[in-house]
Amino acid sequence: MKYLSEYRDPELVEEFIKEIHRITTKPWTLMEICGGQTHSLVKNGILEMLPDKITMVHGPGCPVCVTSVSVIDEAIFLAEQPNTILCSFGDMLRVPGSSKSLLEAKASGADIRILYSPLEAVQLAVQNPGKQVIFFAVGFETTAPANALSVVHAAQLKLNNYSILASHVLVPPAMEAILSDDENKIDAFLAAGHVCTIMGIEEYHPVASKYHCPIVVTGFEPVDLLQGILMAVQQLENGEYKVENQYSRSVQREGNVLAQNTIHKVFAISDRIWRGIGNIPQSGYEVNEEYKNFNARNKFNIDIPFAEENKECISGDIMKGLKKPKQCPNFGSKCKPEHPLGAPMVSSEGACAAYYHYADADSMLTI
Amino acid sequence: MKEEKIKMALHCPMPKFDFDVITLGHGSGGLLTHRLLQSGVFDIFKNDLLDQQHDGAIFEMNGKMAFSTDSYVVSPIFFPGGNIGDLAINGTVNDLAMCGASAKYLSLSFIIEEGFAMDEFWKVMVSIKGAAQQSNISIVTGDTKVVEKGKGDKIYINTSGVGIIHPKANIDHKNIEVGDVIIVSGNIASHGMAIMSIRKGLEFETDILSDTINLNHTILSLLDVFGDDIKFLRDPTRGGVASVLNEIAELTQRGFYIDQKLLPIDEQVDGACEMLGLDPLYVANEGLFMAIVKKESANEFLAQLKNDPNGTHAAIIGEVTTENCGRVIMKSRVGGKRMVNYLTGEQLPRIC
Repeated sequence: MKYLSEYRDPELVEEFIKEIHRITTKPWTLMEICGGQTHSLVKNGILEMLPDKITMVHGPGCPVCVTSVSVIDEAIFLAEQPNTILCSFGDMLRVPGSSKSLLEAKASGADIRILYSPLEAVQLAVQNPGKQVIFFAVGFETTAPANALSVVHAAQLKLNNYSILASHVLVPPAMEAILSDDENKIDAFLAAGHVCTIMGIEEYHPVASKYHCPIVVTGFEPVDLLQGILMAVQQLENGEYKVENQYSRSVQREGNVLAQNTIHKVFAISDRIWRGIGNIPQSGYEVNEEYKNFNARNKFNIDIPFAEENKECISGDIMKGLKKPKQCPNFGSKCKPEHPLGAPMVSSEGACAAYYHYADADSMLTI
Repeated sequence: MKEEKIKMALHCPMPKFDFDVITLGHGSGGLLTHRLLQSGVFDIFKNDLLDQQHDGAIFEMNGKMAFSTDSYVVSPIFFPGGNIGDLAINGTVNDLAMCGASAKYLSLSFIIEEGFAMDEFWKVMVSIKGAAQQSNISIVTGDTKVVEKGKGDKIYINTSGVGIIHPKANIDHKNIEVGDVIIVSGNIASHGMAIMSIRKGLEFETDILSDTINLNHTILSLLDVFGDDIKFLRDPTRGGVASVLNEIAELTQRGFYIDQKLLPIDEQVDGACEMLGLDPLYVANEGLFMAIVKKESANEFLAQLKNDPNGTHAAIIGEVTTENCGRVIMKSRVGGKRMVNYLTGEQLPRIC
C-alpha cells in the first residue's frame, strides 16, 4: 500500500532500532500521547525491540478512554428518550457508564446508530424530521473540525432536530497536567501526529520550554515511531528540549487553518473532566453561545446524578504514565474486554486493550 | 463461477407467481404455500427424494457419516460475488468438508419476511440451485415460514446436511503435533470486506468479491493423497483466521506461531481494512479453509492446493510450537512479536 508500506519497511525498522541502541546511554522514560501510537507499538512488537534503558509509557490520547463516566451517562440518558436517535463513533459503545454501556442501552431498545462521520448524522436528521438526532461528539482536536462542520451544516439547513453532545478534549493542557504532577517521570513526549495535523506545532513550544521536555510530533507507523523515539532520545542525550516534527508529511507548522477556523466558529474552550484524571481547566471544547441551539445539553433537560469513576480502575495512573496496564491487579482477571472496569480495556486505542490483545502471554511485556 | 450463475439464470426463468411479494399466506401451509412450491420450487430442485413430497426424506446410507447445520442471516442478502442462497449451500457443504465428509443430502428452510419481493426470492432460488449442482448435492427436504413485516430481515435460510466421511480422513485436533504446519487456502478477509463495502452507511467503491464457493471437491482430492497427514481442517468464517487459531490453540494447548508477512491478502482488501480500522485476521471468510498438516507433507500439500482453482493463493503461514502453549503468537511485518487474541464482540469502526 503506497504511503504505508514504506513506513513498515523491516530493514528501515532494523536500522532505527540499531541506532537507538547505539546512542542510548542513560535510562529515559518517553510517553507517546496517542492511543493509536500505543497500539502500533504493541501490535508490531516494537516495545520489546527497544533498549532496556528506554521505558515507553502510554499517554491519555485515547478520546474514548478519557471520556468521563458522567458524560457516558448523559449519552445513555439522551439515547433512551422517546423519538430520539443517538449517533456515535463505534468505539464509544462498549465503554461502561455508571450502570451500563451504550451497547447495553442499544440492546434494550434505544435507537443508537454507529456512524463514521457526523455529517451522516445531519443527513439522518433531514430524513427523520419527527425525531431528534443527537451526535455524540467525542474526540481530541482531530475530530473537532468535522463535528463543528456538522453543526454549521445543520444551521444552514435550519434543522431544529439536530444537536451534538460535545465531549472534546485538548492535548496541550493534558500534557501540562501530567508534567506538573508531583510523581511525574516523563522525560520526553511523542506528540500525536493527527492532532498536530489540525492544530500545528506552535502551541507545544511553551510546554517544552517550561518543563524542559523534548516534544517530537510523531506519526503512527513503525518507522515513524522509531524515528520519533530516536529524535527524542537524541535530544535527551544532548540535554536539549525542542519541539521537532517527525511527521512532516502530514503536519505543517501552522496546522490546518481552515479546520481551526471551523472549530473556533462553533466551539469555545471549556473546563473538562477527564476519566481517571479529574478536572483539567480549559482542556475541552463546548458548543459556543452562538450555536447553543445545537448543544444537546442546552436543548434537553439532562436530569441525572453526577457519577463517580469506578475506584477499582487505575486508568488515571496509566494515562499519566505512572503505571503500566499489567501493574493493575485487575488486569486480565476482574477487568477484561467482555466485562471492563474502565474504558482503556475496551477502546480500540486503549492501553489496557493493547496489552490484553497483543501482549497478554506471560512472557510478553511483563512490565 | 460467474458464467455458470448467468447460464443458470437463463435456464430457470422465473415462473408466473400469483403475487409480486411473499405474503403471510405463503407460509400458512395452505393453498398459497402449495402453489408456491408447485409453481417452481419443487421443479427447480427436482430429484427422486424430493419428489416423494413427504414430511421428510427417506434414504439409505452406509458407513461413517457427518451431520452439520448452519443458519444464514447475512445482510444485505445480495453482495458482490454471491448472495444468501449460494452462501447457505456452500456453508453447510464446507462445514461437512471440514469434517472430511463429502456432502450428499441437504435440507433447506426459509424464514421469509412478509413483503419480500418474489423476483428476489427467485434469484436466491436460482443461485441455490447453481451452488447445489456445483457441490453435487441434492436438496431432499425443506420448509417455508413467513413472519410479519418488521419481524425479520428479508430472508433467513437454514441448511442442514449429511455427508459420507472420506475413508482416509481422520480430522481430529488430538492428532496435532509440535512441528505441524499451518496452511491457509487463499486470500483472507475477502468475504467480510465485500459485505462491508456495500453495507448501508459504509459504501465504498471496490472490486472486492466474496469468495463464497464449495470446497468439498478440493478437500476430497487432498484427502485422497494426504489422508491422515491432514490433522485438522476448519473454515474461518465468522471471527476469521484469528478465532480459528485461538480455538485450536486452546483445544490442543500447543503454541501457534504465524508470520504476518506470509498471510495472503488481496491488496484492495488490505487497503479497505486499513481504512476502516479492521484487522483482517478477524474478518469473516467464505470459501476459505485452514489446514494443519504434517510437516513432511506440507510442501506437497501446498503444491497440490495451489494447482486447484480454489487454492491459487494458498500459503503456509506458520507452525505449531511448544512455546506459549494455548496461545497464538504472530511475528509482525517489522520483526516484533505480538499475541493474536480472541475478538471480543464485533469489530467496531474506529473513531479516528
